[in-house]
Amino acid sequence: MRVPLSWLREYVDLPAEVPARELAAKLVAAGLEVETVEESGAGLSGPLVVGEVLAFEVLEGFKKPIRYCRVDVGKANGSGEPQNIICGAANFEAGDRVVVALPGTVLPGGFAIGARKTYGKMSEGMICSVAELGMGEDHSGILVLPQGTPAQPGDDAVPLLGLDDHVLDIAVTPDRGYALSIRGVAREAATAYGLPFRDPAAIEAPDTAEGSWPAAVEGEGICHRYVLRGVTGFDPAAPTPVWMRRRLELAGMRSISLAVDITNYVMLELGQPLHAWDRTTLRGPLVVRLAREGERLETLDHVERRLDPDDILITDDSGPINIAGVMGGLTTEIGDTSTDILIEAAHFAETHIARTARRHRLNSEASRRFERGVDSALQLAAATRAVELLAELGGARIDPGVTHVRRERPAPAIELRLDHPGKVAGIDYPHGAVLEALRDIGATVRAGGRVLDLSEPYTVETGTDTVTVEPPTWRPDLTEPNDLAEEVIRLEGYESIPARAPQAPAGHGLTRAQRLRRRVGRALAADGYTEVLNFPFTAARAYDDLRLPDDDPRRRTLRLVNPFSDDTPLLRTTLLPGLLDALARNAGRGFPDAALYETGLVYLRGEGGFAPPPRLSVDRGPSPEELAELAASIPEQPRRVAVALSGQREPAGWWGPAQPAGWADAIEAARTVVREAGLELTAEAARHAPWHPGRCAALHLTAPDGERILIGHAGELHPRVVAAYGLPERTAAMEIDLDPVERLAQEPTAPGVSTFPAAYQDVALVVPAATPAQDVQDALRAGAGELLESLRLFDVYQGDQIGADRKSLAYALRFRAPDRTLTTDEITTARDAAVTAATERTGAVLRGA
Amino acid sequence: MSAPNTSFDPVEVTPLHADEVARARDEALAAIAAAGSLDELKAARLAHAGDRSPLALANREIGALPPAARAEAGKRVGGARREISEALKARQEVLEAERDERVLVEEAVDVTLPYDRRPRGARHPITTVAERMADIFVAMGFEVAEGPEVEAEWFNFDALNMPPDHPARSMQDTFFVADPSAPEPRESGLVLRTHTSPVQARALLGRELPVYVVAPGRTFRSDELDATHSPVFHQLEGMAVDRGLGLADLRGAIDAFVSEMFGSGLRTRFRPSYFPFTEPSAEVDMECFVCRGASVGRPDRPCRTCGSEGWIEIGGCGVINPRVLRACGVDTDTYSGWAFGIGVERTLMFAHGAQDMHDIVEGDVRFASAFGMEI
Repeated sequence: MRVPLSWLREYVDLPAEVPARELAAKLVAAGLEVETVEESGAGLSGPLVVGEVLAFEVLEGFKKPIRYCRVDVGKANGSGEPQNIICGAANFEAGDRVVVALPGTVLPGGFAIGARKTYGKMSEGMICSVAELGMGEDHSGILVLPQGTPAQPGDDAVPLLGLDDHVLDIAVTPDRGYALSIRGVAREAATAYGLPFRDPAAIEAPDTAEGSWPAAVEGEGICHRYVLRGVTGFDPAAPTPVWMRRRLELAGMRSISLAVDITNYVMLELGQPLHAWDRTTLRGPLVVRLAREGERLETLDHVERRLDPDDILITDDSGPINIAGVMGGLTTEIGDTSTDILIEAAHFAETHIARTARRHRLNSEASRRFERGVDSALQLAAATRAVELLAELGGARIDPGVTHVRRERPAPAIELRLDHPGKVAGIDYPHGAVLEALRDIGATVRAGGRVLDLSEPYTVETGTDTVTVEPPTWRPDLTEPNDLAEEVIRLEGYESIPARAPQAPAGHGLTRAQRLRRRVGRALAADGYTEVLNFPFTAARAYDDLRLPDDDPRRRTLRLVNPFSDDTPLLRTTLLPGLLDALARNAGRGFPDAALYETGLVYLRGEGGFAPPPRLSVDRGPSPEELAELAASIPEQPRRVAVALSGQREPAGWWGPAQPAGWADAIEAARTVVREAGLELTAEAARHAPWHPGRCAALHLTAPDGERILIGHAGELHPRVVAAYGLPERTAAMEIDLDPVERLAQEPTAPGVSTFPAAYQDVALVVPAATPAQDVQDALRAGAGELLESLRLFDVYQGDQIGADRKSLAYALRFRAPDRTLTTDEITTARDAAVTAATERTGAVLRGA
Repeated sequence: MSAPNTSFDPVEVTPLHADEVARARDEALAAIAAAGSLDELKAARLAHAGDRSPLALANREIGALPPAARAEAGKRVGGARREISEALKARQEVLEAERDERVLVEEAVDVTLPYDRRPRGARHPITTVAERMADIFVAMGFEVAEGPEVEAEWFNFDALNMPPDHPARSMQDTFFVADPSAPEPRESGLVLRTHTSPVQARALLGRELPVYVVAPGRTFRSDELDATHSPVFHQLEGMAVDRGLGLADLRGAIDAFVSEMFGSGLRTRFRPSYFPFTEPSAEVDMECFVCRGASVGRPDRPCRTCGSEGWIEIGGCGVINPRVLRACGVDTDTYSGWAFGIGVERTLMFAHGAQDMHDIVEGDVRFASAFGMEI
């Protein structure tokens, strides 16, 4: 809402010396979010006066005809003689009144006017256009003051045109619909300064039984008040007076025609949207009702609209003529020949208008006000103000009749304990302060059934600690004691609220899962991975680029109705696309040796049908059944952790050659993650997109009951995936589910630390090349028994010495007993048992045996 | 090796003469002093302190002396040998120290060589700032609550006093999740949560009262990506529901947070505002922690952090609307509460000078690397 200060001052006598910024600060403190304070006509000074063109001579021989004018500027030039002024425009006649910048004037933008010679003549000033005055964009000609402008040659044009004004731009929050009007803001300004408020809606309106046009409301709860007033004999050619144009422009609206301007002006002033029809186009009585299936209407914007049975319509005998509160129909629009005009001022149901505006994408100044709730008692005054302006400015005759359909809702009454605002604030407010605030917002307050007269300082009788508050008709947002508490607190000032240190009960700190997540991040970062936070939006192509089979569950994505970008409408089911894109971005920026990780949710679409979440009541807490139903409709969103790395894991340096990043790093990253949960991972060869079929591991955890749980995959990416994402060769990646890791996480238990000597045994085992080392290792471990303290693979050899398709795995075994020094026999027996187990399970042969 | 001579020899023995002993001693000491290396010292040891050295031989002759002379001779020879032994030991230490010094000097390395062998990783500053913010409240006794990112509209809107036609609902720039059962995209009652506030409702439904929680998390609005906006961003929600809570308690919590996060003694300011889920509602500003207001009205000393406003807006808050509590089954006659929401990105930008949202979302390793493991 843009509020010109001059307009505001009509309804509250703000002291002239109050700076606009101070007013803005007071309004902010009262809860109106003033975003900017504009000074219109900034930089304007000078003798800017009304002139009357007496005559002009047209100078030929230039690119366009130039007029050399004699302009009466009264005594403003000191001499009283007409000024001679050169003017390039041609949109005026002798006798027209114009705005003259006399020499010495500085126009907005620092444009200084002097007397100067031009086109062979001396020009003593300038006749101004709208644009030159900083009043708008119109450069097409000079500003010709409309007939009847109350000004004489020589009058100061600055106040006449409202050129020195301030405009407050207020971002009105949804609860303060009343502030979408000069009336509402003026009331707050008056309260803020403790000044009287003159209500522009205090208009005497006839409330006769005689209607102006027959109308009815069909159906409950769609329209609470419907007022029609009419005029005849309106002069469609009558211009909008300068002051009204100026105010509309300052408020951010364009001047269109006098009749339309008047409806907009009254809306801005009072907050009541109005509609104007050409009465001669209406057919029979007007009926306010809901639309019927299949009805259509071509609206003012030349769009043929299919109406929804939830849309409120205004209809006549011809059918729909308006979408109520949102937009009028084309055929009944007032035009430049309309002389008989019917004005509608209504109070429509807020929620219907909100839905309709959303449905038809027709957000307008009117719908914005209706949605937020207009003053439910304002309609008669607003319609009357409009017809009076039509009469005053357009020469119309006002019909005596008034159509006034009333379907009012009962006025709400809120029981308020007088100490409630203080409890909400955490400060004690005297009862008198509470009542004063209620008075200032315009509420009616009753105690014991009696209306309290709050015009004088009022003392509540002893024992009265509860009052009944009837909010004013323009505050439909006030329905609960807390709403009233807010009014009291904001008027008393938020700055007076003290700070009380929080007194939370002893907490439990972070949960184990939350601590684990932090550890996982630290462990990966310590291992050289850098965290990224990618958008979860993916393109369908991303899944093709991962070479996922058609039936891969990761292709079962959720989609956004209104995506961030049309290219990426899908919610991710894997972290990899985002991670690989980020890796490619880093490579493109000169960092091909990057290791990234991400932890975040993926969003899974279930296999079964979709049951939309129930719309539960908000008047009470949901039942466990309702909550379960709601929970069932929410897609599964497991937390994943993934890494992707490329290039060199360790660069070449004086210490030795580079170590390339590869499949083993990716698998190790998964081990790093589960190790933080005290768990061990088993890897087994797998073929799984998007990984290289020979360099991919399926990763499993083992539950306490022995169940193996697949948590993800790791390895080198398929070369084609690498190519599709534009990544460095041999890029590797890992992705696992964190939820099972969190679920199975083990509390560490202290090991017994034996101080007896260890015994070391190395064994080299020859196995077929395809035998997984994991199997050999598991067999060795199982065979060696409890004396085995640790086991480590220290060499893998393939070559002529052991034959083709075979490999030699060399393990270092360390034995130790908790309670004694092992004998040579014991050590040998344990080692042999380990080797035997390996032989039995994997066919391993002791190398050199 | 020969055994000591124990046979009695009445004849005086030349090697036991005092002159001879002194000469042997002096020769030994001279040789030891002259030894320039451990090998030379070893040779000197053999020659002058070995079994065949003059004094060792002399020592053997002592038994041949008449008993009266033995003690004196023994003393003389023993003293000389002790002197030699000590000289050897001292020289040995000197030479060993010299050798060690030489070897260690030879082993010296260039300690200025860079060892950037294992590149360092880092956690994202949004993660670590959010943790830091949450930890401030955890230290006050709060717990960390969580909720899903694809959320039911009921939790994201309805339960928070935003019924379907509420104007605030269309102001939220919501990403709507399409109904997976429909061929054409249409709304499903699921959204990407537009704020962390649904976690309020979830926490109230899932916990015993009183409830003191914070909920850091990812949120989504259909904004364009520019220097200060992103369609994906993070908030920290805070909420307390207990007996007798009001705005003063909220202010106390916010003040404690601001002091911890930005510096002690910073003032805060509440401005009336509107959120459907709080009533009354306020926007919170804190005093600019850089200029502390000194830049206001001083064009010569502008403050980039607060734009010379003196105040920085840090979030929205208020007393939880009783409708929200009722929708979550809380008895509003007994309980009341407060809630706030603070932007994590904004906090990162203010507290650590991050300039551009693009840096936060693009995943460039250089950005996160500057922040390390913790903030």
